[in-house]
Amino acid sequence: MDYFLKLFLSGTAKGSIYALIALGYTMVYGIVQLINFAHGEVYMIGGFVALIVGGFFFTLGLPVPLVLLLSIIASVIFSSAFGFTIERLAYKPLRSKTRLSALISAIGISIVLQNFVLLAQTEKYLSFPSYLPELPFLLPVREYINSTQLIILATTSVIMVALTLLIKFTRMGKSMRATAQDKHMAQLVGVNINQVISVTFVIGSALAAVGGVLICSYMGQINYYIGFIAGIKAFVAAVLGGIGSIPGAVLGSFILGWTESLGTGYISSDYEDAYAFIILILILIIKPDGILGKNQKQKV
Amino acid sequence: MSDVAAPILDIHNLSMVFGGLRAIDDVSIHIKSGEICALIGPNGAGKTTIFNCITGVYKPTKGSIAIEHGERGSERIEGLKPNIINKKGLARTFQNIRLFSNMTVLENVMIGRHNSLKAGIFKAIMRDRATREEEQRVIDESHDILKKMRLDMFINETARNLPYGAQRRLEIARALATDPFLLLLDEPVAGMNPQETKELEETINLIRDREKVTILLIEHDMSLVMNVSERIYVLDYGRLIAEGTPTDIKGNPEVIKAYLGE
Amino acid sequence: MTRKLVIKEVLASLVSMLWFSVLLFPFMVMKVNVASGVAQIRFRWAAMPVIAIAAFVLSFLWRRALIWNEHRGDKLSTSSPFALARAFIQKALSKKPVRRTSLLVLLALVAVYPYALGMYHTNIMITALIYVILALGLNIVVGLGGLLNLGYAAFFAFGAYTYGLLWKYAGPAFVSAGINTGWIFWIALPLAGIIAVIFGILLSLPVLRLRGDYLAIITLAFGEIVRMVLQNSSAVTGGATGISLIPRPWLFNLRLPPRQAATYIYYIVLILVIFTIFVVRRIEDSRVGRALEAMREDEIACEAMGIDLVRNKLATFALGAFWAGIAGVVLAAQTTYINPDSFTLWESIMVLMAIVIGGTGSIPGAIGGALILKLLPEYFRPLAQYRMLIYGIAMIIIIIFKPDGLIPRNRKKYTFVEKVAQDGKAEVQA
Repeated sequence: MDYFLKLFLSGTAKGSIYALIALGYTMVYGIVQLINFAHGEVYMIGGFVALIVGGFFFTLGLPVPLVLLLSIIASVIFSSAFGFTIERLAYKPLRSKTRLSALISAIGISIVLQNFVLLAQTEKYLSFPSYLPELPFLLPVREYINSTQLIILATTSVIMVALTLLIKFTRMGKSMRATAQDKHMAQLVGVNINQVISVTFVIGSALAAVGGVLICSYMGQINYYIGFIAGIKAFVAAVLGGIGSIPGAVLGSFILGWTESLGTGYISSDYEDAYAFIILILILIIKPDGILGKNQKQKV
Repeated sequence: MSDVAAPILDIHNLSMVFGGLRAIDDVSIHIKSGEICALIGPNGAGKTTIFNCITGVYKPTKGSIAIEHGERGSERIEGLKPNIINKKGLARTFQNIRLFSNMTVLENVMIGRHNSLKAGIFKAIMRDRATREEEQRVIDESHDILKKMRLDMFINETARNLPYGAQRRLEIARALATDPFLLLLDEPVAGMNPQETKELEETINLIRDREKVTILLIEHDMSLVMNVSERIYVLDYGRLIAEGTPTDIKGNPEVIKAYLGE
Repeated sequence: MTRKLVIKEVLASLVSMLWFSVLLFPFMVMKVNVASGVAQIRFRWAAMPVIAIAAFVLSFLWRRALIWNEHRGDKLSTSSPFALARAFIQKALSKKPVRRTSLLVLLALVAVYPYALGMYHTNIMITALIYVILALGLNIVVGLGGLLNLGYAAFFAFGAYTYGLLWKYAGPAFVSAGINTGWIFWIALPLAGIIAVIFGILLSLPVLRLRGDYLAIITLAFGEIVRMVLQNSSAVTGGATGISLIPRPWLFNLRLPPRQAATYIYYIVLILVIFTIFVVRRIEDSRVGRALEAMREDEIACEAMGIDLVRNKLATFALGAFWAGIAGVVLAAQTTYINPDSFTLWESIMVLMAIVIGGTGSIPGAIGGALILKLLPEYFRPLAQYRMLIYGIAMIIIIIFKPDGLIPRNRKKYTFVEKVAQDGKAEVQA
């Protein structure tokens, strides 16, 4: 039972990070029906910016909490800018083309970003300094949940609530929902869909950046390749929950986190990355619309 | 056409629900062999949804669709896949033209003849005499069909480059190429000028008289419907509100109400 | 271009210059290195002007290109040098003697290749030709079937491992029976094709009804799972270390020195390439190929015409898998060593890039794409480390500006020919 609880809690922490990335996936898919293959790369970029900017301020001798804050801010800004630029460069010109051409373009972007970071920085794994504070009140239970995990969980929850509020109650949120339902109609009633799509990419990328900083602190290392596998897993989580659905992405992420954690704990750790793929295959065969997804009928 | 009165397509208590929306509500339609029958109704009445249920695009929520074979009994087809239903002799056209627009007119019709051919992958690789002859046969047959539809002058044109009316006729030709006994036409004259409409009217009669194909059509053009069809079903909000000969329908107060409002 | 427009364009380029200078600053100018837990930053100011100038020029060109792309519309430009060259070549090749002579010259060139250039170049060419087979095979799936398969490397792996495992487990029996182990290759070759087809059918059957982008991702998942299984079943497959000392194919009972063995494999792979081209062309120009063409254009209409989509998709998947299996055997024979690292997702993506860059659906495109992708880094060594970056960029540019690829598909259309209908059922139409 003890062992189970431990696995369950680490799965929860993992799940909440997947959720941060999966939200970006699901939002972009909901609005432009594109599997944004490069989303994982944006998250990797977020981690790197935090490492670089944080390192710079740290050498200047700023206090650690300030360094943490500044590096998160920088990481969010840069990742959002990358997300915005990617959409403008590689996806916008293909908006009227088939889904597969946009997907191929996304794969291209993914390759370009990985190799850009590889060439401009390094191919090695770099250790990532833990800026996150140690919370004293967690000391008695730290066998089960450490402060990094708790911070991750708390951050994710806050962001999720904020995102839900944004989409439910703001004007931009309304425009986003309208665009997701019917791009053409939304345009007719005066929604600036270019703006909506850009904002979607920016928000998604910002969330990914937060995820990047958190998970790099959690794992303690980073390299140019971490985005790929995390991106795929987040995508699996989004599909599992029902792509396009925000609560779905969160639910799917937790299920994936728990499955991975329990799977590696009880079955075999050799296949840690395979669980996500197996879930993906099963869900797509059994219920392609996901747990909370809407059944979409093709129009004839 | 020995047994004109017996239905060949029997739709019984058909319902189709999307989410909470009842697109078709308990509709029964009986198509008799050799007739031209029309399905009319205001926009959104559920006409195309009925076509989609018949041709297997949708699986109906309730009810049955059956092909009647006379003494040999009947065959339920609801929920089967579209290609299977087509093989059973039901062919359709689409409201918004769905041609293979980058293929030639000939190729479009050849696709319709696909199932009259047998060559599989191995035959294709071997390309033996029988396969070559089979391909030649299908080209000739397709040519004949195009001639009947007066499209043979476009035969080597790319489908996308055809005039609008010709594209609609090509859709019919392609459907005919599958050797159906029942042809479902979804707004065959939409967007056509009066001259083209007149021509298509003749074509529809010709298909029924010469090719012995029964026809069920959806149409908004009332003059065509009244001229060409022998029986009419009227649909409103997914329900059948009237059924009868063109004269019956013209005078039916329910129909007038449905079209003109209260 | 008017003066006002020029100013507008220059201003826009300046904005992009600023944008990219800031965006790329942390990566291009700052370089991080972590020593004993502390990140140290080194500034490379020299990169700054390079980014700025490159961003200015590229953004200017990019916007011009986008405008050109939008206004080019349906009317195909017939005056561009590319189009002119293409038209010239097409016209020349439409004459039978010209076509025949150029084909013979090409055949003669590839036939003397190993003798003219030696073993080093022959080995490089073998690798490239293995990719040509892969590209032609994947082209059946992507180009003809319109299905994106991101797990193609798995079928490549099935082929290579068929040979490897056959050698590992049946090799000793061959040796003790006194049969030359070089024969195993010839057993493995068809067997690998068959096994790949069986797996292709088994894996794709449950997922073929899925939409295009989901199908792409699920094939990716299959590919990765296959690789992980190969990696973790050490007892059977040798795990991460793989299988080594796989015999090269031998000609009857001759034991060939490496140089001649390479030449021999070269001819085998060359014959396989020609065989592949022959088969793909035949399929493309047949009832099956026609149905695939229709399926790619409009699935719903295709199904309404009585065509079984699942069956057609299955056929394309199985055919694609077949060639990957064959290519895998040749790979194992050439390198004499296989391990799961040769069959990652990036391998699948490389083959996909070859097709997209060459021209989706186009046979010469797939060949050209595969040769470019494999040969360029070999002969431009200094560029080798940039190759993935360059390919990625090339793929994006092609998909935006020239979605048909460098050598677009030129489909043989069926046409009706009056009177001569006895023999001329179809003729080439530009």
